[in-house]
Amino acid sequence: MLRGATSFLLLLQTFLQPLLFVFIFGRVMTGNGLLPAAYKSLLLPGIMAISMVFTGMWAVAMPLIAEFQFTREIEDRLLAPIDISWVAIEKVVAGLIQALVAGLTVIPLAWIILRPGLEIHINNLPLFAGMLFLVASFSACGGLALGCTVDQQHIGLMFSMVMTPMIFFGCTYYPWSSLAKFPILQKIVLINPLAYASEGLRATLVPQFPHLSLPLILVALSFFDVLLLVLGLRQFRKKAVS
Amino acid sequence: MESAIRTNNLRKVYNSPPPSAAGRGDGSGPKAPNVNDKQSKESKSQITALDGINLEVVAGQIFGLLGPNGAGKSTAVGILTTRVRPTSGAAWVGGHNVWQDQTAAKRKIGVVAQRPNLDFSLTAREILLFHGAYFGISSRERSDRAAALLDRFKLTDRAGQLVRGFSGGMMQRVSIARAMMHDPQVLFLDEPSVGLDPQTRLLLWEIIREYNQKGRTILLTTHNMEEADTLCQHLAIIDHGRIIASGTPSELKASIPGGFVLRLRFAHAPGELLQRFTALSGVTEVRASGETGADVYSDRGGSLIPEIVTTAAGFGVELSDVHISEPSLENLFLHHTGRSLRE
Ligand SMILES: Nc1ncnc2c1ncn2[C@@H]1O[C@H](COP(=O)(O)OP(=O)(O)OP(=O)(O)O)[C@@H](O)[C@H]1O
Ligand SMILES: [Mg+2]
Repeated sequence: MLRGATSFLLLLQTFLQPLLFVFIFGRVMTGNGLLPAAYKSLLLPGIMAISMVFTGMWAVAMPLIAEFQFTREIEDRLLAPIDISWVAIEKVVAGLIQALVAGLTVIPLAWIILRPGLEIHINNLPLFAGMLFLVASFSACGGLALGCTVDQQHIGLMFSMVMTPMIFFGCTYYPWSSLAKFPILQKIVLINPLAYASEGLRATLVPQFPHLSLPLILVALSFFDVLLLVLGLRQFRKKAVS
Repeated sequence: MESAIRTNNLRKVYNSPPPSAAGRGDGSGPKAPNVNDKQSKESKSQITALDGINLEVVAGQIFGLLGPNGAGKSTAVGILTTRVRPTSGAAWVGGHNVWQDQTAAKRKIGVVAQRPNLDFSLTAREILLFHGAYFGISSRERSDRAAALLDRFKLTDRAGQLVRGFSGGMMQRVSIARAMMHDPQVLFLDEPSVGLDPQTRLLLWEIIREYNQKGRTILLTTHNMEEADTLCQHLAIIDHGRIIASGTPSELKASIPGGFVLRLRFAHAPGELLQRFTALSGVTEVRASGETGADVYSDRGGSLIPEIVTTAAGFGVELSDVHISEPSLENLFLHHTGRSLRE
């Protein structure tokens, strides 16, 4: 289905962001001594979370908006003899896979770029895999909800107004525990699903650093996944019929 | 006989203006909403697209929905093809309620929407193959059918090219071929011949008739009188969301009083003069049209003119313009709405 140029762009879209993140923060900032070397390992899960969430959301939301508003090519699939929700699910699964690929690419990239000083300890592989899955689902379901709610004119605004604060208050560049001096902020960031994504990957990838309790993370991420999926499907069904 | 499509008092009220006004380039502005003091701003944006439609399409028919821009044709097709939610009333295709039993209804139908919706990143052949796959057709069968349809629509030499580079008419042909790919019992074509050159239009009519001869039902919308008259076996004329007449083309044409319509213009047209026209032999009905005009329904055309001129002269009025039309669907529309479809 994907042709040369399209799949190349898709690859680029998936790999470029994590590559740049890892290089600037992990290599440049620690290399010049602005950040301690241990920061490399602390940073890695956050960057994974960002690139997964960005990739999955973008991969689901943008085509949805285009297919509903401009090309209308989704119409033929809405007419297939299945419940229309499956059309949305298919998009979510594709986005989820892209998010997983984006996340998993960060590890070898980090290994190449950051190697001296990088300490990854995946003690429980199934748990790590489960965590990746929950984070990827969050990003894809978020993309569905976003793509079916926001229209074309506002999508750029949405990404800068919602994604930027989400990233900075998402425990991506620092662990949650380091917010201890700001107790109110520390509570507030707990409504940010990205915080659980970062902390979850931190807990399963570099458990030597402080992180939120695993059961809390798992429950919170599952909750957001289900919430966004239900919300997204509802919006999708609304958008699919006039 | 079994009915392929049935609707019961179908109504559709849109609550919001169509998404992104830029997309609707068909020149059909929304009907001016009633600016009623009592009604809040909620109703300002409400548009009644369908106002209680009862349709019955017998299986195996070529059925035409004829009406001007904004009449509600696409909305009716949208509801029947599960793409628009009815506000009230119900619709059935092949015995399945299209809103409550969507999946079963979708299995029976093929749809060509008014606005193109092809996947531009695919070739013409791929579009047909993928569509076949959605309907669970085996891969051998799919490629056989795709090849046959591409050939029938004279697209074989372009089959391997991306539809992105196709002309409007070629895209339209791909859309119609795609809708036939899974051999649906009921085929919906929303203005299928718009953008086709005369020769291709004839080809399309031929294909539609062929498809119909296999026992399939076709519902098409059009504002082309010739298409309605020659292609369709049964017609419903729709205006402002209501069916104003229905029947076979010849029934409909026969239903107009007299058959001929003479549209007259004078410098001024006193009511008394119009009264006189009614008394002329062959005249069945006279209607004032504006201050200075009259539509005369009659069973003869040109031969009536001298009498009209003489009668008018008796009132000191001069005939300034006349247009005679023979029995046609056009006249039928005029008769029911007071407006001409062509104007
Ligand atoms: N999605 C929508 N949202 C709001 N209003 C709509 C929508 N689609 C159609 N309408 C309105 O409903 C009315 C009927 O439109 P419809 O598209 O059914 O007409 P039509 O008979 O198909 O016209 P045309 O010949 O121009 O295709 C119009 O006034 C139109 O503006
Ligand atoms: Mg229409």
